Amino acid sequence: MAEPAIRPVETRVLGIFFSSDRQFIVGSKGTWAIARRKQDSMAQLSIRVNERMWKIIATPDTPLLYVLSNELGLQGPRFGCGLAQCGSCSVLVEGIETRSCVTLVGSIGSKSVTTLEGLSSWFARQKGLSKVPALHPVQQAMIDEQALQCGYCYNGMIIKAAELLSKVSQPSEAQIRSAMNGHLCRCGTYPRITKAIQRASRMMPEVNK
Amino acid sequence: MTSSLTGAAFARRDFLKGGGALIIGFSLCGAVFGQEGVDFVAFAAGPDQPDLKQLDTWLAIHANNTATIFLGYVELGQGSSTALLQIAAEELDLNMNQVKSARLDTNWSPNQGATAASAAIARGGPRIRAAAAEARRALLTLASKRLNAPVDRLAVFNGMVSVVDNPTRTVAYGALLGDKPFHVPFTGTAPLKPVSAYKVVGTRVPRNDIPDKVSGKHVYIQHVRMAGMLHGRVVRPRGQSAYAAGAKVLNVDESSVRNFPNARIVRRRDFIGVVAPNEWDAIRAAEQLKVTWEVMPALPGNAGVYDQMRAAKTTDVILKESGDVEAALNGSAHVVSQTYRGPYQAHAPFGPACALARVSADSALVMCSTQNAYDTRGKLAAVLGMPVGKVRVQYYEGSGTFGRSCYDDAAQAAAILSQEVGKPVRIQFMRWDELGWDNYGPAHLADVRAGVDANGAVVAYEYRGWQHGWSTTESSQQLALGTPAGDSGDGTARQLNKLNLGSMYDIPNVRLVNHQLPGVSGYLKGANLRSPLDISFSFASEQTIDELAYLAGFDPYLFRQSNTTDSRWLGVLNAVAQAAGWTPRRAASNLSDANVVTGRGIAVGTHLSSYAAAIAEIEVDKHTGRIVAKRMYGALDAGLAVNAAFIENQISGMLVQATSRMLKEEVTFNNTNVTSLDWNSYPILRFEEYPEVTPIVVQRMDQKSSGAGEEALCSAAAAIANAFFDATGVRLREYPMTPKRVLAALGQAG
Repeated sequence: MAEPAIRPVETRVLGIFFSSDRQFIVGSKGTWAIARRKQDSMAQLSIRVNERMWKIIATPDTPLLYVLSNELGLQGPRFGCGLAQCGSCSVLVEGIETRSCVTLVGSIGSKSVTTLEGLSSWFARQKGLSKVPALHPVQQAMIDEQALQCGYCYNGMIIKAAELLSKVSQPSEAQIRSAMNGHLCRCGTYPRITKAIQRASRMMPEVNK
Repeated sequence: MTSSLTGAAFARRDFLKGGGALIIGFSLCGAVFGQEGVDFVAFAAGPDQPDLKQLDTWLAIHANNTATIFLGYVELGQGSSTALLQIAAEELDLNMNQVKSARLDTNWSPNQGATAASAAIARGGPRIRAAAAEARRALLTLASKRLNAPVDRLAVFNGMVSVVDNPTRTVAYGALLGDKPFHVPFTGTAPLKPVSAYKVVGTRVPRNDIPDKVSGKHVYIQHVRMAGMLHGRVVRPRGQSAYAAGAKVLNVDESSVRNFPNARIVRRRDFIGVVAPNEWDAIRAAEQLKVTWEVMPALPGNAGVYDQMRAAKTTDVILKESGDVEAALNGSAHVVSQTYRGPYQAHAPFGPACALARVSADSALVMCSTQNAYDTRGKLAAVLGMPVGKVRVQYYEGSGTFGRSCYDDAAQAAAILSQEVGKPVRIQFMRWDELGWDNYGPAHLADVRAGVDANGAVVAYEYRGWQHGWSTTESSQQLALGTPAGDSGDGTARQLNKLNLGSMYDIPNVRLVNHQLPGVSGYLKGANLRSPLDISFSFASEQTIDELAYLAGFDPYLFRQSNTTDSRWLGVLNAVAQAAGWTPRRAASNLSDANVVTGRGIAVGTHLSSYAAAIAEIEVDKHTGRIVAKRMYGALDAGLAVNAAFIENQISGMLVQATSRMLKEEVTFNNTNVTSLDWNSYPILRFEEYPEVTPIVVQRMDQKSSGAGEEALCSAAAAIANAFFDATGVRLREYPMTPKRVLAALGQAG
């Protein structure tokens, strides 16, 4: 049996503890179990990723991250902590930024998963664009600002920023900082990420035309 | 998987045939995986590395009139792989679309040592420049024959050689030598282009790695897969104990993972790992495996570490002595004498270390994100019991490492597991492995005494510092082979940094005493963490200078200005003050009774070769003890800036990372093990906490390029410490400057 659906992690994780059969994450918006330590049995599952249906064989308690990385060969979501603390593994689930390292694949059901690779298509659908741009405006803005250093955290940064702009097209700096606060960058490129998000937000009205 | 091509030279020829293109990614049932670029090559007897004295080791010219440059330095997100290509393109008279670099691989890349100490441009640049110039000379010699014109009548534009007075007579580099070796020695004697003629160096070329990094196409080591591989995880105590203690297995209960029939436990002495075809199985089995470890109370804990350091039997060396410090102190108008403490800090790469190994009976291929591929190869050879020439190391970028984090440890773990199970193994450290088994930046204890005369001239300066060196045995080797813990205590960056301790000022009486600790028993593993020890040095030294300025009644900027005559130190000092709109006043002269108070601080600093100055503007909440860095300015003179945009990015990152290290970061440990194992227990600066940053590059086209990846870190950190004094009138002498320490210090003062 799969765990109950995991809530999208939009909150700071306060702690982690284990019981005999479960691992719990304590967040500022509640506590939830993320994995049974007792194995589920292998099952054939269908998941919708980047608007394509995939049939996979996995135990339903496998975190989505490992399915995306190893079965689907996607390079966007990547391991950072496995604890929902850093945002490295983020994907969109029905448009909501979600930590795939603590989201069980069995909990996805029919929900639509979007990874970095599918972000520009997701954006085009959302905006009703006739043509899918090569990159989401946030991705382009990251290039224009030359924001990155190692770039490993940018999967999560871009996913979270895309989610933010889908909800708030012209966020203030304070809104950007607040929304992005659950995503860590070790190289210290936060200021440039903010600039890139602001740059992308300026492109939004043009897109909406 | 096997090839008749053996040895580095043949691998290179194979590489040339591919036009330098690396094959990364292939399709498998619709899935794209990162994949090693070349076939696994069994090694024949031959040289263990490409010959640095052959031009072909450094670059290749392709038939399509492009060049591949073989860089011995790795891209770490600092942009050096683009900047080094700018240097090559400049000397070759190619444009940036005509140059690319080859993946760093011990089969074909020149051994240029570690990509550390900000060496890529400073030390790598001149080599690449000389090699490109030599290649240009060789190409022009060929062109001269082909075009029947003397070399001094030839001009080159974008790799097209033409005769100056007859531009219809042209030949492309590619037509002269396409995909064939030069077969000429690298003498380093070819004339270099004058700086005044530069067209590419000094311009803001965009980084070549960024587009693929934002699209998800960039292949990090974490994306690489090998055919037939197993996923591995290490099983260790959560958090290391003392370095010498390692970890001792008392019992392994194999039945504890009986529910994972595909998982296999691997044990070699005290090294334990789990491998499984499925990654999640490997993770769960590794977590679930019941191992009883000997509990070793071998550490002093955070509370006891500085006392242990002071009490230790140390090797003492006077690194610098000039004048008579004691007499000068006695004659000073004002004297300060204080003790400072700096914690162990972690590299804490955002993505934990990952490595892949395919080890057969007589050869090994290891892919990892090492900053020093040849050094990693040597260590792997020792662990695997193979000659160095049988081990091939290939570099894939990981997340920013900032020094010797766990990449060698992970590479060795992958190699050991692969050797044991006879299959390729991919290993990835878990977050607690990376944070708990790092080679940390060592803790530091300092006693500083200094004096200033009545005119505001610093006349005496003494710095005594205690720290241990760097671990030389990676944990995988220590656990698997029982190799004793060794450390290297002397050498640059392991002891007091003469360049960063008072030497920027004109002080007549100076003494630097290094108290080297034997860093094996009772201490954590140590290694180079970005600008090694300099944050601790500057935290102590630049607060000392600031205190002297205060006692002498001077503005801290003008005080520094008046105590140095070096134009390059003055250059960064003035640049940062100007950018910040600094108006002179004595520190702590605007103290306020408000709950939230503001302050500003200034500091200078370096690591090895460049000049940096920083200003911090902070807020201190006296009730919560929380410090917020609001704005940071950093000026860096790294000589000739090959690409000022990259240096601005580095400065910005350093300002933010320095804030993180000054305000938040500390490795915690009790008597048995490290306890900071995730991002809650080892917090780093978050989005809501970052300061606005202003990077300033002081361009010096007449100076040789020097390091830009670490040199601004320590001044930024010290500026925050000085700003705290300006805000509160109180000095903090231990960092990180956490709310707890702030409240304690303000309480003492109040």
